[in-house]
Amino acid sequence: MSTISGTKKITAVVVATGLGLAVLSACGSSDSGGEDGSGSKTVTLVSHDSFAYTKDVLKAFEKESGYKVRVLKDGDAGQAVNKAILTKDNPQGDVFFGVDNTLLSRALDNGLFQSYEAEGADGIQAQYRVDQDKHRVTPIDSGDICVNYDKAWFSAHKLTPPTSFDDLIKPEYKDLLVTENASTSSPGLGFLLGTAAKYGDDGWEGYWKKLKANGVKVVDGWEQAYNEEFSGSAGGKKAKGERPLVVSYASSPPAEVIYADPKPRTAPTGVADGTCFRQVEYAGLLSNAKNTEGGKALIDFLIGRQFQEDMPLNMFVYPVVEGAKVPDAFTQYGPAAADPETLAPARIADNRDEWVKSWTSLVLK
Amino acid sequence: MDLARTEVAPPARPRSPHRGSVARLGLMAVPVAFFGVFFAYPVVAITVRGLKVDGVWRFGRIGDVLAQPDIRHVLWFTTWQALASTALTLLIALPGAYVFARFEFRGKQILRAVVTVPFVLPTVVVGTAFLALLGRGGLLDELWGVRLDTTVWAILLAHVFFNYAVVVRTVGGLWAQLDPRQEEAARMLGASRFTAWRTVTLPALGPAVAAAALMVFLFTFTSFGVVQILGGPTFSTLEVEIYRQTSEIFDLSTAAVLTLVQFAAVGAILAVHARTVRRRETALRLVDAGATARRPRGAGQWALLAGVLGSIAVLLVLPLAVLVERSLDAPGFGYYKALTRNEGSLFLVPPIEAVGNSLRYAFAATAIALLIGGLAAAALTRRDAGRLGRLVRGFDALLMLPLGVSAVTVGFGFLIALDEPPLDLRSTWILVPLAQALVGVPFVVRTMLPVLRAVDGRLREAAAVLGASPWRVWREVDLPMVRRALLIAAGFAFAVSLGEFGATVFIARPDNPTLPVAVARLLGRAGELNYGQAMALSTILMLVCAVSLLVLERLRTGLRSDRTGEF
Repeated sequence: MSTISGTKKITAVVVATGLGLAVLSACGSSDSGGEDGSGSKTVTLVSHDSFAYTKDVLKAFEKESGYKVRVLKDGDAGQAVNKAILTKDNPQGDVFFGVDNTLLSRALDNGLFQSYEAEGADGIQAQYRVDQDKHRVTPIDSGDICVNYDKAWFSAHKLTPPTSFDDLIKPEYKDLLVTENASTSSPGLGFLLGTAAKYGDDGWEGYWKKLKANGVKVVDGWEQAYNEEFSGSAGGKKAKGERPLVVSYASSPPAEVIYADPKPRTAPTGVADGTCFRQVEYAGLLSNAKNTEGGKALIDFLIGRQFQEDMPLNMFVYPVVEGAKVPDAFTQYGPAAADPETLAPARIADNRDEWVKSWTSLVLK
Repeated sequence: MDLARTEVAPPARPRSPHRGSVARLGLMAVPVAFFGVFFAYPVVAITVRGLKVDGVWRFGRIGDVLAQPDIRHVLWFTTWQALASTALTLLIALPGAYVFARFEFRGKQILRAVVTVPFVLPTVVVGTAFLALLGRGGLLDELWGVRLDTTVWAILLAHVFFNYAVVVRTVGGLWAQLDPRQEEAARMLGASRFTAWRTVTLPALGPAVAAAALMVFLFTFTSFGVVQILGGPTFSTLEVEIYRQTSEIFDLSTAAVLTLVQFAAVGAILAVHARTVRRRETALRLVDAGATARRPRGAGQWALLAGVLGSIAVLLVLPLAVLVERSLDAPGFGYYKALTRNEGSLFLVPPIEAVGNSLRYAFAATAIALLIGGLAAAALTRRDAGRLGRLVRGFDALLMLPLGVSAVTVGFGFLIALDEPPLDLRSTWILVPLAQALVGVPFVVRTMLPVLRAVDGRLREAAAVLGASPWRVWREVDLPMVRRALLIAAGFAFAVSLGEFGATVFIARPDNPTLPVAVARLLGRAGELNYGQAMALSTILMLVCAVSLLVLERLRTGLRSDRTGEF
């Protein structure tokens, strides 16, 4: 065994690894400089994985306000809220964006936010305003959870796509719908809440019994429902999905166009307008935030026209501020629902866990 | 990979008295501190948070939670699916182990790397591929109209996919070194072929089979991604339930109770495994693996080889091929080209940069795992009797615990435990390699330990007698002999870090996604390009894993003769 050359090689490896680590740590420290925001020039926004924006828009804010923005995406919507609650005594940032109306009560009850009435809050459409006495959260965007249908499938089968919750339990739509687990998926929960809003405390369980008898399929997450089971999406087509109805978003059809190459003239999917539940996302100043001034400026920016108009094509949501424009592609392929179901956050807070529990034993067991 | 690698006792050697004990306890201090700070402390913190409400312990919750029929159902399902997966894996992989051990055929080295690729692939990728194989329009559907995508069979087959290599490498590795002449001698003395196998080979293999079975049981008992993706909402393992309770339902006390239950179960499995490993350390007559393999002879052997190759093609290669096929489903490598652009603002950087991030993190994680695992292995090298021996063996088993603890528990634990100076690491990049190193260390220890133990102690003693310092002894005696094992350990730690998903997804920063994290994010969005890019990135990840494993294969071949040359 060539011991000497072997030893030399090992030494080289060790040295190289050491150097590599040194370089790595240098990179690491440079891009996390001033990370804790104690220098009041950095403001940290905590959000979920779907948070997205155009770089230049945020740069404009940085230039104007003098703050440097650090974005921390912290898991899916539910996880991000839960993590923020866990760390509320020593938060990871100053502003949290992305708690929606289905989870709002959890955040408020746990004291996640402190009061701040954003500058420009009077421009927010009245229907989205909540917590008017304490101003702990500011609405930022809204979206609709709706049943999407596969246009090609319905025309090939010479069947009119369903338009309402009532349609979904009709025999001609038997075995066509796939939805998500309400206890683990945000669109799944939204769909359940939509039926609860539509049929009330006494009616929704009866509705789901009929839906189950009509062959609804439940999968765990949106990814699987939309990309594997649904026949109308790009992913679902490849996976030979065979359910032409899926619980997704009103903005999924424009995404099918915008992320296609070449772009089709019309969206391959449509939205059943009478099956929608409105989801609203809020932002708030975190309790114990280190940079409250920066956080306030950031919330003001989030409801500013520039950011509001930047959201649709990045996050596939609608602005909440009066007069903010929505891009043409968006209105053309995926208009917001005309008359979505809504539920007051207090009603969701009182019933959510109970409903999900009953739903689970009713539908999954 | 060779978590249950055969350990072969070197010839008995004189033990030096207690002089080394103190030094070895000192060596153990670093790994112990590492696991204490980056594993035990966060896990305890999150568990305590769940069980202690307003300063009062709620141990009553344990009874409450375990009394729930839903939870009992989860416990029952977790156990029986793990048993069934283990049995099925053994059934399918043992012939494979035999073929790899005893037959010589073209492409064997590449094939051995190929069967190992699944083990290091992230489950999010595998789940998608499996749906395409077993679901509608999949191969089974096209051939026989059979669909398994909502049945427990999908889970079981995916478990075979992941763990095939565990059996092939653990059992096959030893099988290749068993001297075939022993069995031949038995036959010469009049034993039937089966009797010879049962009385000679089986007893020698038994402990390796048991160890492999226990590792497969451990991996399937704690299965997460496979069950979540393929099981749908109806099937749930303990690990999936912990994830749901923590991350979705936010019922920390239920999650804490389930964490304790899983901890107890995993502890028990590891204890049994440790016993098996010790039982295996009986001296066996081993020969160079290269000398026992030969070309198959006769129709029966060719049929066996064909059967094994066929099962590998269907169960292991096909799911991987589906990924590649889907990634190429755009003209002119369209999805791959899209990876270099920064169109969607999902990542802030072109997705292809995830490759660089993954490599950087994996290098750092490998360095950490080698340091920690190397020190641990060095400390564990000598087997002692009595209390010290038990302590050392207990430590050995403890190092494996991170493999059996839910990533969500560790991730949430990091969040609440590592938030104060000097350990305010929540927003630093090093957190990702640290989490990855936690799962890398057991691999390093498992790879290094048998080789270190095989170094003849008399060499060390001779060096010491001639005046070498302990450091010099290690550098001049141990290091040259284990350098290949060191590289192999590094390779495995690297591949495992590359594919690590559960903990990374919790802590990776958005502007620095790793490959598996980027795949998951792309899959989470509507639209053809996103889906295609996810498949393209998965393919890249698979290739990187395959290449590092292939390099390992080359090293391994060399190692085998190094090691066995001593006996």
